[in-house]
Amino acid sequence: MTAAILASEGASFGFPILPALVFVPMIGAIIIGLLPRSRPEVARQVAIIASLITGVLSIALLVDFDKGDDGFQFVVSQTWVSSLDIKFFLGVDGVSLFLVVLTGILFPIALFAAKPEHDAKGYYAWLTLLMGGCMGAFLSLDLFLFFLMFEITLVPLYFLIGKWGHGRRVYAATKFFLYTMAGSAFMLVSIVALAVIAKAGDGGNVSFDFTKIIASDNLATSTGRWLFLGMAIAFAVKTPMFPFHTWLPDAHTEAPTAGSIDLAGILLKLGTYGFLRFGLELFPEASVYFAPFLLTMAVIGIIYGGIVAAMQKNLKRLVAYSSVAHMGFALMGLWALNTQGVQGSVLQMVNHGISTGALFILLGFLYSRRHTYEIKDLKGIAKSAPVFAGIFTVVMLSSIGLPGLNGFVSEFLTLLGTFIAHRWWAVVAAAGVIIAALYLLWAYQRVFQGEPDEENAKFPDLKLTERLVMVPLLVLIVFLGVYPKPVLDRIEPSVNRILGRMEVQVDRYHQPRTQGGSELKDVPAEGADSHGGGENAASSQPSSQEVAP
Amino acid sequence: MSLALLAQVTGATQDPTPITAIQDQVHVPGPDIYWPALIPLLILLVGGLLLLTFSSFLRKKAPRGIFAAATVAIAVASALSVLPLWAQVQGWDKLLWWDIHPNPSGAYTTIGGMVGVDGFTLFVTIVICAAVALAALLTDGYLRREDMEGPEFYVLMLLSAAGGLIMAMGNDLIVVFIGLETLSIAVYVLSGMHLRRIQSQESGIKYFVLGAFSSAFFLYGIALIYGATGSTNLVHIKTFMSQTVPTQNGLLLIGLGLLVVGLAFKVSAVPFHAWSPDVYDGAPTPAVAWMASGVKAAAFAGMIRIFVLTFSNYEATWKPIVYALAIASMVVGAALAVVQSNVKRMLAYSSISHAGFILMAVEAGSAQGNSAVLFYLAAYVFMVAGSFGIATIVGRKGDGAHSLADYKGLARTNPELAVAFTVLLLAQAGVPFTAGFFAKFYAVEAAVDASSWPLAIIAMLSAVVSAFLYLRIIVAMFMSGADDGDDGPVPTRAERIPVPVGAGIALTLCVVITMVVGLFPNLLVDAAEKGQPALVQYDSPSSGSAAAAGTTGTGQ
Repeated sequence: MTAAILASEGASFGFPILPALVFVPMIGAIIIGLLPRSRPEVARQVAIIASLITGVLSIALLVDFDKGDDGFQFVVSQTWVSSLDIKFFLGVDGVSLFLVVLTGILFPIALFAAKPEHDAKGYYAWLTLLMGGCMGAFLSLDLFLFFLMFEITLVPLYFLIGKWGHGRRVYAATKFFLYTMAGSAFMLVSIVALAVIAKAGDGGNVSFDFTKIIASDNLATSTGRWLFLGMAIAFAVKTPMFPFHTWLPDAHTEAPTAGSIDLAGILLKLGTYGFLRFGLELFPEASVYFAPFLLTMAVIGIIYGGIVAAMQKNLKRLVAYSSVAHMGFALMGLWALNTQGVQGSVLQMVNHGISTGALFILLGFLYSRRHTYEIKDLKGIAKSAPVFAGIFTVVMLSSIGLPGLNGFVSEFLTLLGTFIAHRWWAVVAAAGVIIAALYLLWAYQRVFQGEPDEENAKFPDLKLTERLVMVPLLVLIVFLGVYPKPVLDRIEPSVNRILGRMEVQVDRYHQPRTQGGSELKDVPAEGADSHGGGENAASSQPSSQEVAP
Repeated sequence: MSLALLAQVTGATQDPTPITAIQDQVHVPGPDIYWPALIPLLILLVGGLLLLTFSSFLRKKAPRGIFAAATVAIAVASALSVLPLWAQVQGWDKLLWWDIHPNPSGAYTTIGGMVGVDGFTLFVTIVICAAVALAALLTDGYLRREDMEGPEFYVLMLLSAAGGLIMAMGNDLIVVFIGLETLSIAVYVLSGMHLRRIQSQESGIKYFVLGAFSSAFFLYGIALIYGATGSTNLVHIKTFMSQTVPTQNGLLLIGLGLLVVGLAFKVSAVPFHAWSPDVYDGAPTPAVAWMASGVKAAAFAGMIRIFVLTFSNYEATWKPIVYALAIASMVVGAALAVVQSNVKRMLAYSSISHAGFILMAVEAGSAQGNSAVLFYLAAYVFMVAGSFGIATIVGRKGDGAHSLADYKGLARTNPELAVAFTVLLLAQAGVPFTAGFFAKFYAVEAAVDASSWPLAIIAMLSAVVSAFLYLRIIVAMFMSGADDGDDGPVPTRAERIPVPVGAGIALTLCVVITMVVGLFPNLLVDAAEKGQPALVQYDSPSSGSAAAAGTTGTGQ
């Protein structure tokens, strides 16, 4: 049954759009690499063109995406290493769609928003390569290919932080590289073991094909759990989940602006996306088994990240810790293991990318004017730069989760999902929203309000280009806050596919349902019903039913 | 018995007709020789000797680069002469446009069962030839810079490679030993070649004394195994062990252990590694490029033949030993590499770590493991030869500038060198889209397939530790200098290190192949999978059915 669903081709483009999404930036990076060092402005143009083409393609993908289809669309498959059944296998579904679009939007914006201080050529080459790697990771449906893409993103970011960063950049870059690579080491062993054990290929051979492995169901319970743990370490580091988050503040603080934007906006999502695609979908039993533990870690991350963020003296570090908290929400929704939670989690990934990306862009503007991120050096900027302060306010409120802006919708959904599954965890996590208001508003107060001292009084306001850069993000912040339905409609079928498969595979797992007549969003019930198929008789019981831990 | 046979080999001048053609007109007892099988070896041997002879007739100074060009030509010729053999072993009817009708086809044995020709041997032969060619290209500029021009360096390298070939094709412990000694003695001399560098002299002596010691272990192991099984021929040993269950196998076990020591020394596996950092540090850098790539490849070939193939029913004995060696090599190699401040020593320790990875694939003891060993060796030769190639160039005149500080700002003075080194280092670290990644992946896959989970996990974690080392070098090259916030002078283009043409070609080859194999691993995986070793029973022509040689073991 699963195989049939996964094999659905859905809409298809006139040309292979998914490989184009991966290769256009990579080819751009190669072209930049071949350019002479003396012409940095050409490198910039090539980078902008390549990333804009990719961005436009990603939007075309969004337009052409068949929202009723819950399987993988635009599938492209090309044999790569025949004897191990490794393929260049790409496909997009509702879960990855918006992460791809986010990648397509955020990278050009990051290019416009910040310029390197030296060696422009290498900077642009690494950035475009990073874009290709992220696209590849979100689109891969071959475990081997996914691992390649997941790992290759380390190299560009390592150089971006190490060469164009601030202060202790080499330390931060090395820590980032090694920490993530150590996590991936476990994932590689897990992937290989999964392929070897599942023997999902033709004639019982090794295969790394995601869809074949899902269809094979060859795993013993305990094996599945061990392999899941191996994958989970890699994703927990990348997300980052408490207590694996310690690389993040360093990497963020020392990274150049564009590096921070892409790290927070895109790369962290590789962790949560990986959890969803290669955790939940690949190991349903182990996911149900470990969900309470991971949920607890996520909630600790929300509270811990918030409290530590409140104590920071450096604005960038503050936003970095706030990322730990926000990604905690995404994880929490994921491990609630119900439609609302998972849907909210995917939306939270997108929203965090937009809001935190925007925050880092603004911090980049601030740094380019004052050359500091220290809160104590900044004061009363709202007086000298009202537009900057205004935009910052909107972005900050979106990050806090003010109703009407994007952050609210996703945080609410994840809290709702968690409340249905594990009531008290949601209660604790809700405090995280308040803490977010605390640290962001407090920081805002110290930086923007009061009478500016001599240096801050000369703070120039945003230039026209800088304002234009912020426009698309502000539009998205408001749009997704007011009318998230188009996004949720596309995420939902795929989420239901994943959870529906979990219901089939795991005996003690049933999708909890909301009570009839509740005023909550009505997506879950009908979505799950259309999917659960034969399972419905067993599972459509009153809502008091909860996930067995 | 084997020694007697060998003596006959040297005197035997049989007509070179294939063994199949010989029916019953042969009356003189003695091994018949299937000459085509020996062509790659003969090209290297004769080529090396001719090079030496002709160069001694040269009155004037030899034209620039002539010796290097000749060595590369000899190595390439030898590698090319492998192709028909490969086609024959694989049973192909056609090699490109050339119709060959392989007869015999499949793996076979010749010279009275002394030499085995199979896919594995031939693959390793090509790898060794590639290593010689790369090392020769690096040597050219080096010798000129160090004012040591002459043919000796190349001749020694060719003879050493011939030893490697003998080792790879040896089907008899004595032949393997002869190969090992030919290989080693040439390398001992190579490491002491730099007369004006005291470290080079020291490393020559050190390598020689320890190497001779380990050879003695190996030889003693052979003697004990001969005592236990009554033969030095691998096929006979295997047959003997499958047919008899000795009540006392102490002799055999001790012999096996001594063989492990001898081979582990050559691949510099921990705890038999102590020589390698000192020797790598002191020896002329191009010689190190050859030592680290070609010598190891040959030693691993011997290891596969002896352990995986011959002693396959003693797996329970040698596998735990190799397991421990693999773990110790990976962990110690990675950990000690990190604390070095000399790039050559770093690379020496990292090559110990690589040896651990290859041992992991050997430990799998499966067809998959053998392919993984081959893939790793092939990828490793280019990564490591390229890395030492860069060390050769950056070493500057006197071959002494090898500290990490000497690499500072290389990205500014020689950007192309820095980029090449970065690619090679990242490949060694196992970063995706390089040959190094797939090599590691393949080895891990073999280990997991053999259910050696702890080995696989330790391998990947030690790869992370060694990644730190490679990052340190990259940081020194790219992220230091005054304008990067570092103290010290800003290196300028004026301090550019000259890159000799030969070394440039070698480095380009290494980088391109590392990248291409990383992007299209299928190219090499296919060959590595077809390169399976086989032990083939030798049928003497007098007994009639020569072609129908029975395969007694293909590393399954």
